Amino acid sequence: MAADPTLPTAASTRNTPEPFPRSRRWQPVFAFWATQYKRTWQGNVVSRFLMPVMFLLAMGLGLGSLVDSSSGGVDGMPYLQYVVPGILAAQSMWVAMGESSYTVLGAIRWQMQYHAMLATPIGVADILIGHIGWVASQIALATGIFLAVGAAFGAWASWWVLLALPLTVLTGLAFTVPVFAFAATQENDAGFSIMFRFVMTPLFLFSGTFFPLDQLPAFLRPIAWVTPLWHGVDGNRDLATGSPDWLHLLGHTAYLLLVVVVTGWLAYKAFRRRLVV
Amino acid sequence: MTSDEPLIHASGLTKRFGDFEAVKAIDFAVQRGEAFGFLGPNGAGKTSTMRMVGCVSPATGGELRLFGLDPATEGPRIRARLGVVPQKDTLDEELTVEENIWVYGRYFGLSKPQVRARATELLEFAQLTERARSKVEPLSGGMKRRLTIARSLVNDPEVLMLDEPTTGLDPQARHVLWDRLFRLKRQGVTLVLTTHYMDEAEQLCDRLVVMDHGEIVAEGSPRDLIREHSTREVLELRFDVDDHAELAGRVDGLGDRVEVLPDRLLIYTDDGDAAGEKVHAAGLEPLSALVRRSTLEDVFLNLTGRTLVD
Repeated sequence: MAADPTLPTAASTRNTPEPFPRSRRWQPVFAFWATQYKRTWQGNVVSRFLMPVMFLLAMGLGLGSLVDSSSGGVDGMPYLQYVVPGILAAQSMWVAMGESSYTVLGAIRWQMQYHAMLATPIGVADILIGHIGWVASQIALATGIFLAVGAAFGAWASWWVLLALPLTVLTGLAFTVPVFAFAATQENDAGFSIMFRFVMTPLFLFSGTFFPLDQLPAFLRPIAWVTPLWHGVDGNRDLATGSPDWLHLLGHTAYLLLVVVVTGWLAYKAFRRRLVV
Repeated sequence: MTSDEPLIHASGLTKRFGDFEAVKAIDFAVQRGEAFGFLGPNGAGKTSTMRMVGCVSPATGGELRLFGLDPATEGPRIRARLGVVPQKDTLDEELTVEENIWVYGRYFGLSKPQVRARATELLEFAQLTERARSKVEPLSGGMKRRLTIARSLVNDPEVLMLDEPTTGLDPQARHVLWDRLFRLKRQGVTLVLTTHYMDEAEQLCDRLVVMDHGEIVAEGSPRDLIREHSTREVLELRFDVDDHAELAGRVDGLGDRVEVLPDRLLIYTDDGDAAGEKVHAAGLEPLSALVRRSTLEDVFLNLTGRTLVD
């Protein structure tokens, strides 16, 4: 053994860390996911730009010019301005589900980062808040980029659209938190492909994103009303088109908050059951 | 808590998973500064015990205290003073070696500059300074293990808990690791470890408990355990037979005790050479006859009738 270093330890130099209040313990969890993100952020940001650009070109301008010339838009509104606020909300659902499924199961089962955290003063609630907070910041980033790209395409009719940022983050959280709860009950990733195929895709198509809900058979509409995406789509559209109905918006916000709180409690239960055994 | 109180104290400590009782009401105490081991085969309940002591798994029954604190209510405060090396490395393979330590240090509330300064010391200690900026994934098993240990020391713990620290490592890597653990012990860190390697237990532990089927079957220093539960020497005999059991009767009485293993006979005696002469005198012709000192493996065999590693 060449090296003979002596490590300063408890017995030699006592450098006890400052007391670490419970209210700050989510922060290093957030910092961990940020450290991971730093490795791939360039590719991530580029794809966050490309996504809205592609949708604006295809749906807004391509399909939109067809809709506008054949039926004069939707409710007298150019199709671009009609559809883009909905896609903004739908994007938050994709980002939410993408960031909350494999990473959560991986941190439980494969890379076990949650287990590493739990060997320290970090607790289950800190893990949840820190990680969900990180996903929220990703949704905010994607939403911010989408808003900027949309503005360049003239997709927003009103400055009220800035309020779509918090509403969209909340919409995304109403997917993130239940998916956290779901992921913590999974043994492998088979459930996720079912979730993407049978939850995300139908919601994307039938939550009023591309056409008004009244085009759907009446018995299908309540499904859209209870799932979070429609609330985000409808709220965003209200804001972006410059005719906010505040009571409606309050209702949407309250409903999304309720989903977050109820599924947050479920996620905490599921995490404890999985991680504290 | 007064200074002569044990650092870790368990009485009637029990862990059940459904109907399965992994740890059956065990009692033990660990004093400050000692190296304390749980020796036993896989499935003996060592890891369940370690996870309870590490305050990541709630006890089903009994009483457990660390630093005089109750894990059920004071988990974070206790964990802030522990270093944990789990059986399976929980390193983030996509991050670099130093990032793994930085991230982990933050979990203890250390500031960025504190964590960076500490990481430099720790990587030096773990002989990983040259690999600081490399990703974890391509590192050898021994290096990953040293990194896990380095990481567990980031909070300057009073107790370092190691679950099977050298399982799966080659002999060279094990010796490097043992050397690091010795240094920590000399510097006053209390070590608590589990192992199913008797040589590791003999090398590292001042005192240990032997576990089997969730129970503690013996306790003491390696030397005391060998004196109490085995003889000074062992004569190992191999014969050219399919089943060594058929020869057991013919060596009976040549030592204090005979153990029959599938591939050899063990004769426990205080004088192995004398027993060897008696074997020849009895007209037996073993393929090989080896006299060695008793080890903890023999203690375990005597206590449970089984070998540690199978």
